[in-house]
Amino acid sequence: MNQDPLIIAGRTFRSRLWVGTGKYQNFEETRKAIEASGADVVTVAVRRVNITDHKSENLLDYLDPKKYTILPNTAGCYTVEDAVRYSRLARAAGVSDLVKLEVIGDERTLFPDTAGLIEAAKILIAEGFVVLPYTNDDPIVAKKLADIGCPAVMPLAAPIGSGLGIRNPYNLKIIMETVNVPVIVDAGVGTASDAALAMEYGADAVLMNTAIAGAKDPLMMATAMRYAVDAGRLAYRAGRIPRKLYATASSPIEGML
Amino acid sequence: MNIVVNGEQREAAEPLTVAELLSTLGLRSEQVAVEINLKILDRGDFLTWNLHDGDKVEILSFIGGGCPT
Repeated sequence: MNQDPLIIAGRTFRSRLWVGTGKYQNFEETRKAIEASGADVVTVAVRRVNITDHKSENLLDYLDPKKYTILPNTAGCYTVEDAVRYSRLARAAGVSDLVKLEVIGDERTLFPDTAGLIEAAKILIAEGFVVLPYTNDDPIVAKKLADIGCPAVMPLAAPIGSGLGIRNPYNLKIIMETVNVPVIVDAGVGTASDAALAMEYGADAVLMNTAIAGAKDPLMMATAMRYAVDAGRLAYRAGRIPRKLYATASSPIEGML
Repeated sequence: MNIVVNGEQREAAEPLTVAELLSTLGLRSEQVAVEINLKILDRGDFLTWNLHDGDKVEILSFIGGGCPT
């Protein structure tokens, strides 16, 4: 699939499967699952370091920033101020201006606060950040985010960690047709067919965490997701046949007795 | 002097640079962000920045994440 790279803000990505690094048993399992997924973009969160346990390891000891694009998120931020503060800290902790911007609106659904999201995105873009916003499956908000300078939009398929799959395929499709930036379906994927469907609809990439980390066998699921994203992308590019109500014979009638 | 590091009170001998504090804590400067009294410090200033009595220091790093938990 190297002849079909994903390009966002001048950066070229090999894989269209992006993965989170949360909820794994340990760093070694994280490393192996990410390797199996084939992803080259991995999301991370920014938190206080453990200053009491001097032997505590750092995630970056397991994920070589030369091999992976580290995409810090602002997970857990419920206000514009917090999201902006964490984005700045992420830039200071890392090496790039990339941020997966989340402004969460509600604890129960973890749906984005889209008004806060647009406000925070404006502030960060003015400061030179490359803002990839986690947004709702709302085409109007997605268009606004693209218009203010987000080089991709990341609408959810379903609530984070819910595994419900794509709840509103028609809205996602409208987003893909409306915005002129890559669309990365983020959150809510449950299994491989969900990821394949997202790609068949025309998503440019899929981002997931729980679907892999929470599977009984994360490494096997990571591999399944890798195939699903590749298969969905190929099917999208190949162009599916139209749906018809009645049969069309595949075998010729000529030559029959 | 007394400083607060990640919410914990600590006693430290002066002078103490940010780089020295990180080294005492076994942290690598290239893996952390440091905020002092709500102001983010450039990594390039770690070696020369002296901490003062009453400073509130936050040291952050990347951890596993993908979804808010």
